[in-house]
Amino acid sequence: MPEPRPLHLRPVPLLLVFAGGAVGSLCRYLLSLVLPEPFGLPLPTLAVNLVGAFALGLMLEGLLRGGPDAGWRRALRLGMGAGFLGGFTTYSSLAVETALLSNDARYFSAGGYAVLSLLAGVAAAAAGVWVAARLVGMPAGPAARSAGSAGRAGSAGQAVPGRDR
Amino acid sequence: MSPALLGLVVALSGGAGAVCRFVLDGTIRSKLVTIVPYGTIVINVSGSLLLGLLTGAALAGAAITDVRAAIGTGLLGGYTTFSAAMVETVRLLQQRRWVAAGVNGIGTMLLALGAAVLGVFLGSLF
Repeated sequence: MPEPRPLHLRPVPLLLVFAGGAVGSLCRYLLSLVLPEPFGLPLPTLAVNLVGAFALGLMLEGLLRGGPDAGWRRALRLGMGAGFLGGFTTYSSLAVETALLSNDARYFSAGGYAVLSLLAGVAAAAAGVWVAARLVGMPAGPAARSAGSAGRAGSAGQAVPGRDR
Repeated sequence: MSPALLGLVVALSGGAGAVCRFVLDGTIRSKLVTIVPYGTIVINVSGSLLLGLLTGAALAGAAITDVRAAIGTGLLGGYTTFSAAMVETVRLLQQRRWVAAGVNGIGTMLLALGAAVLGVFLGSLF
């Protein structure tokens, strides 16, 4: 089916991303009000980011293995992935909180927070991908994956790296 | 601003931030086909700079508590994303593109931290 405009310029995808982003941002805000900040450490941001990284890895890998990026799968990827989980997690708070810890001469806390976020974030996303691979179980090795996504990307009129968003 | 209204404003501005990210990332991807996902890097670094500016101004005494929640927590929180940055790094690791994964993971962190420190400093000058 011909697609007149790229995904990021069409009204329904934009609406899905907006709605998901609004709910995700609200959830992050509410959690920041109730989660503690022990010793002035930004635990709410860390928790939200690690949960979000795991969930995005899980969801994208599950969708990728489950079938083509179209219909409800694409709606879920846009609304829950780019929208909700993108809005739920935040890089700007992580960076600024680290800068503020550093400005307070709490260098160990600042370095620990940044390094922990990065290492645990990659581990959480990888764990999400791994769990989805076990749950969905389709034998999609790297070759099958790249062939599959190239085919889908062609039909979607998008560059291959765009698959993951 | 009442807490309920502030929550609504954070949600709406967060949705707007997510749309900005989606459009900017899609635009960058359509112009630049690269191994490293530069769209997410540009978004996270620019968002960190802007949140730094806002936070620096607030710490220096600007009376912007509600603005800080709406724009900082909502717009810029919705604009920047940690989850996509992490999953994109995992994808590069899966492809054994170690340098690209390092640039994406560590490079983004260093650039975002630098941008945040610069932003906080510049914001405190207001």
